This record gives sequence, C-alpha cells and structure tokens, in this order.
Amino acid sequence: MSWTFVLALAACAYGLKLLGAVIIGQREMPLVVQRCLLLIPAALLAGLIAKDTFTTGQHYAIDARAAGLAVAVLATWRKLPFVVVIVAGVGTTALIRVFV
Amino acid sequence: MHHFRAPDARRFISASLMIGIAFVIFGASFGVLSVSAGASVAQTCAMSLLVFTGASQMSAVSVLASGGTVASAFGGAVLLSGRNAVYGLAMSPVLKQGSLASRLLGAQWVIDETTAVVSAETDPATRRTAFWISGAILYASWNIGTLLGALVGSSINPSDFGLDSAFPVMFTAMIAPHLRTSTGRKAALFGAVAAVALAPFMPIGLPILVSALGMLFGISPASGEQTVTTDGAP
Repeated sequence: MSWTFVLALAACAYGLKLLGAVIIGQREMPLVVQRCLLLIPAALLAGLIAKDTFTTGQHYAIDARAAGLAVAVLATWRKLPFVVVIVAGVGTTALIRVFV
Repeated sequence: MHHFRAPDARRFISASLMIGIAFVIFGASFGVLSVSAGASVAQTCAMSLLVFTGASQMSAVSVLASGGTVASAFGGAVLLSGRNAVYGLAMSPVLKQGSLASRLLGAQWVIDETTAVVSAETDPATRRTAFWISGAILYASWNIGTLLGALVGSSINPSDFGLDSAFPVMFTAMIAPHLRTSTGRKAALFGAVAAVALAPFMPIGLPILVSALGMLFGISPASGEQTVTTDGAP
C-alpha cells in the first residue's frame, strides 16, 4: 500500500463528510441521490461478504470461512452484541482450522 | 470539552463506551489485516486517523489483500464513504453552532454510529452533547484498536487465528441495519450475486464495483414513500 493511496482515500472520505456536514448543510441534496448513496453499504458490503467468504482470488472456495460467516449471520440475526458476533464468527473459523 | 460536563453527559459516555468496546475490537482486527495486507503500521494508523470510516478502510484492505487492483480498492472505498455525505446533511444543524474549526473537526466524526446516537435525540443542546461525546470516544476507540492490531499484526499469521474471516464477519454485523428495508435487501442480494458470479471472469476487485450498482434500486422511490408523496394520484 502506498502513502498516495492512504492520503487520497483520506482526502476523498473527508471531502464527502465535509460536503454533507458543512458545504451543502441544510440546503438541498436531491432525494434520489440520497437514496442511492444510502443503499451503497447494503450492495457493497454484501458483495464484500460474498467475495471474502466464497472466493480465493478468481476461484471459488468453500472452507472454514463459510462456517464462520454462518455463525456470524446467526449471531447477528439473534441481535447478539457486536463483540459476540466477531468472537463467535472468527472463533468458529479458527477452531475448524485446528480440528479439521 | 465542556460537553463531557453537560447534564446528560453520563448517559452518552456510557452508551459510547459500549460501542467503543466494539470499535476497539473492530479496529484491532482492521489493524492486523491491514498490516498483513502489506501496509506499514504508520500507514494503517494514518488510515484510521485520517479516513475514519471503518467500512471503507476494511473494504480497501480486503480488496488489496485478495490481490485486487489499487483502482478498484480505491473506488470501492470511496463509494462506501458516500453515505457520510448524507449523514452530514442531518448532522449539519448540530455542527452549525460552533466555530469553523469545530465544524471542520466535527465533520470528520460524522459516521454511522455518531449519526445513530444523535438521531435518537430531539433537543438541540442534547444532540450537540451526544455528537461530541460519541465522536470523541469512538474516534479514540477506533484509533487505539487500530494501533494495537497493527502492532500485533506484524508478528502473527492472521489465518492461524481465523482472522481471515474477520472481514466477512464484521461486514455481517455492519450490514444488518441496512437490510431493514426491502430496497436494502434487493441491493444486498444483487451485490452478493454479482460479486460471486463475476469473480472468475473479471480482474479481482472489479466485481465489487459492479456490486455497488445495487445502489440504483434507490432510483425509484420505495413504495412506503410513494404513498406519502403521491397524494392519491395514480
């Protein structure tokens, strides 16, 4: 990772925060733009979850990560605290690596 | 930080500390994975200090770690941070009271969690207290966690500890609030299918950018909003 990457990402991320909080403020941002921006996490995080669980590079893989994800989904669905979700999910993957 | 001495400060301090514990753990996992993806400890800490929006930081490291191009890692991370602009609209009345310097600092603390804490309040003064306390505690927690993780990450192999599943596990916890609406669920389904289906055919990292197109479900208003705004018209 390069410093250019870190600083450029910082500039863009801060710029977007500034855009909403200070520059646009209480003036108008079109509702359709707001709706689309707020949908990005659902779309992109779901993509990242799928990528990080079921692929390795450009290949498909079902391994201990899938079990960790299943436990995390269950824990999230049961509304357990974040800490429990992480420890249970990551712990499941680790335990399977040790015993299988 | 006079907000810490405000009448209802204690309530926000304890609520923020609860989220802060999770932030330390999230931050530490990010720190470990960032360093093992090739970033230095300094770069990892700089990201948390300067970018300070967890999903974007994790997305960038996740794409780079799996061998994706710098451009796709960057694009995904910036797209993910776009929602902070919308949160900022809601937070601007809270920041408006202060000096320019405090607004510039406050803008950096506009993230999912501070927005959630503030949005639960109605009184303007209470909202300011809620924002500054949760912002300060969460900023500190995230950066302390990152530093600890980055230091540990230099000496361990993440997959020995199951930490290669830490990103999908953390993303699962983070995505939950976004699945409450039917458009959110549609966008997520689209994103997941695109990422997996396109993986063998595209350079690593690119399918994630296609996933982001799920945001276009936001173009047509959700049916709930329609009934409010159409006023009986067909």
